[in-house]
Amino acid sequence: MSAPSQDNALRSAIYWRALIYSVLIVIAVIYLAPLFVMVVTSLKSLDEIRSGNMMSLPIEVTFEPWIQAWSSACLGLECSGIKGFFWNSIKMVVPAVAISAVLGAFNGYVLTKWRFRGHNIIFGMMLFACFIPFQIVLLPMSQVLGFLGLANTTSGLVLVHVVYGLGFTTLFFRNYYEAFPNELIRAAIMDGAGFFTIFKRVLLPSSGPILVVSVIWQFTNIWNDFIFGASFASGDSAPITVALNNLVNSSTGVKEYNVHMAAAITAALPTLLVYVVAGRYFVRGLMAGSVKG
Amino acid sequence: MKQLVDQAPAVSRADKGSDRAIGWLQEQLPKLVLAPSFAVIVLFVYGFILWTVYLSFSASRMLPNYSWAGLTQWDRLWNTLTWQIALDNLAVFSVLYIVLCLVIGLTLAILLDQKIRVEGGLRTLYLYPMALSFIVTGTAWKWFLNPGLGLERSMREWGFDDFTFDWLINPDMAIYTVVIAGVWQASGFVMAMFLAGLRGIDNEILKAAQIDGAPAWKIYTRIIIPQLGPVFMSAFVVLLHLAIKSFDLVIALTGGGPGNATELPATFMYSYSFTRNQIGVGAASAVFMLMTIAAIIVPYLYSELKGGRK
Repeated sequence: MSAPSQDNALRSAIYWRALIYSVLIVIAVIYLAPLFVMVVTSLKSLDEIRSGNMMSLPIEVTFEPWIQAWSSACLGLECSGIKGFFWNSIKMVVPAVAISAVLGAFNGYVLTKWRFRGHNIIFGMMLFACFIPFQIVLLPMSQVLGFLGLANTTSGLVLVHVVYGLGFTTLFFRNYYEAFPNELIRAAIMDGAGFFTIFKRVLLPSSGPILVVSVIWQFTNIWNDFIFGASFASGDSAPITVALNNLVNSSTGVKEYNVHMAAAITAALPTLLVYVVAGRYFVRGLMAGSVKG
Repeated sequence: MKQLVDQAPAVSRADKGSDRAIGWLQEQLPKLVLAPSFAVIVLFVYGFILWTVYLSFSASRMLPNYSWAGLTQWDRLWNTLTWQIALDNLAVFSVLYIVLCLVIGLTLAILLDQKIRVEGGLRTLYLYPMALSFIVTGTAWKWFLNPGLGLERSMREWGFDDFTFDWLINPDMAIYTVVIAGVWQASGFVMAMFLAGLRGIDNEILKAAQIDGAPAWKIYTRIIIPQLGPVFMSAFVVLLHLAIKSFDLVIALTGGGPGNATELPATFMYSYSFTRNQIGVGAASAVFMLMTIAAIIVPYLYSELKGGRK
């Protein structure tokens, strides 16, 4: 009596798990499909794209679209590919990430360990700054950048990204240092250590995880930014996202889908790489971005 | 404790006389370190907000013009058909985007929570779109949804001869392609939030319910999901904020078209400010966007900070 029913229960449990796995795998395939299509399209010749199926593997693999995208595709009148814009993005992202992370670390240190009256108001103001729609600062910013002589320059974009990334890095470091025991700080003060010594000797050595989170978060946001790049850096100083958009949406000539896809993957590679290498921290960074704890 | 941390270095360092200046410096050092960032935020965030608010009441057209024009620009904004369309589109987009992301995110999180072998790998897969720029994902989806070459043709080649999928160029349906691409990009992130929430639930209650013989779906609907309230709230706030700011995705996917079928407030603001020489109207639309976001973010941040402090 009990044996067959147990058997049934076991069997239905197996079916149930099979169902769960198949749903998860089908969804995974759907999530991967656009990336798969991008990659195979970038490896096909234009003729093969026109005659074949988007989903099929290339009959004849060609890297020509990649070479074209990198060094000879035309954006407007210039035909030197996206490589210059890729370097623009690198020159923008490295200093912007470094500066905003350092400032955020010091801000977080002050806001947790050297509090003064009004510290929570300052923190609240910085926190709110994370959530403003950037449209609200576009017009004044373009005026100020023009006034400073930084319009259409990479330095101008570095400034913009440092300013609007400060809120996030401060938030990350502040929440992280909040949990750091004050006793250690007090002990260091008794030993006569000053403000910077304490930071360097006591807090910095254990800041690795949050530094990684801040760097990944800032790197991804700044690399992927489009609105600031499009508003403040047209022409030669444009970052890769703006260049990619210009390439794909230029209305002249034949649409070279394979070159577009190669360029799109190139623009995505740095953040994908960061995500694959440091994915766990990336998730943690995203979570911290949702203002938890 | 705060006071002690505050003053101790000044007391230990400063002796008398000439050392007093150093003592003062030591005491003020934390504030001096914070000052530049604070000044930058005050100027570039709050100063710029006031600046844009002022522009929305000015006579600015092609160039900023600081003569007061009262509500002229606001009148113009509300009488612009494109703005009405942008708001309607935002309503459609944000409702669908938020609901779909929450439903898919929660479903994926619950399924992944069933002691799945390859959980780490699947999680990574669901999340990778979040690492990409909207410009990249917009480009990818534009290609994928291309009526002549993309999904439509693939389906026809596989034998579905009448399969038609032309949403991208159909003014009535184009906004839904933005929803599809947006949900694809963000649902993995929502899943990660829910998964973290699920892992934070007390196991004892669940075991007790299991021993009582409650079926799995009942445990979820009666015990687990009700406890995820705060996660729902956080996800909702983040998604709404993303929806209102959505700009890149529309630019890359549809460019606001066909016609202005996928215009959103963010794309409206950009084109009126920078290409249509209507700075005043653009500023007014930006102020409206800020007010919408602030109405949700400010109470949320307030309750989070309060709750965090206890």
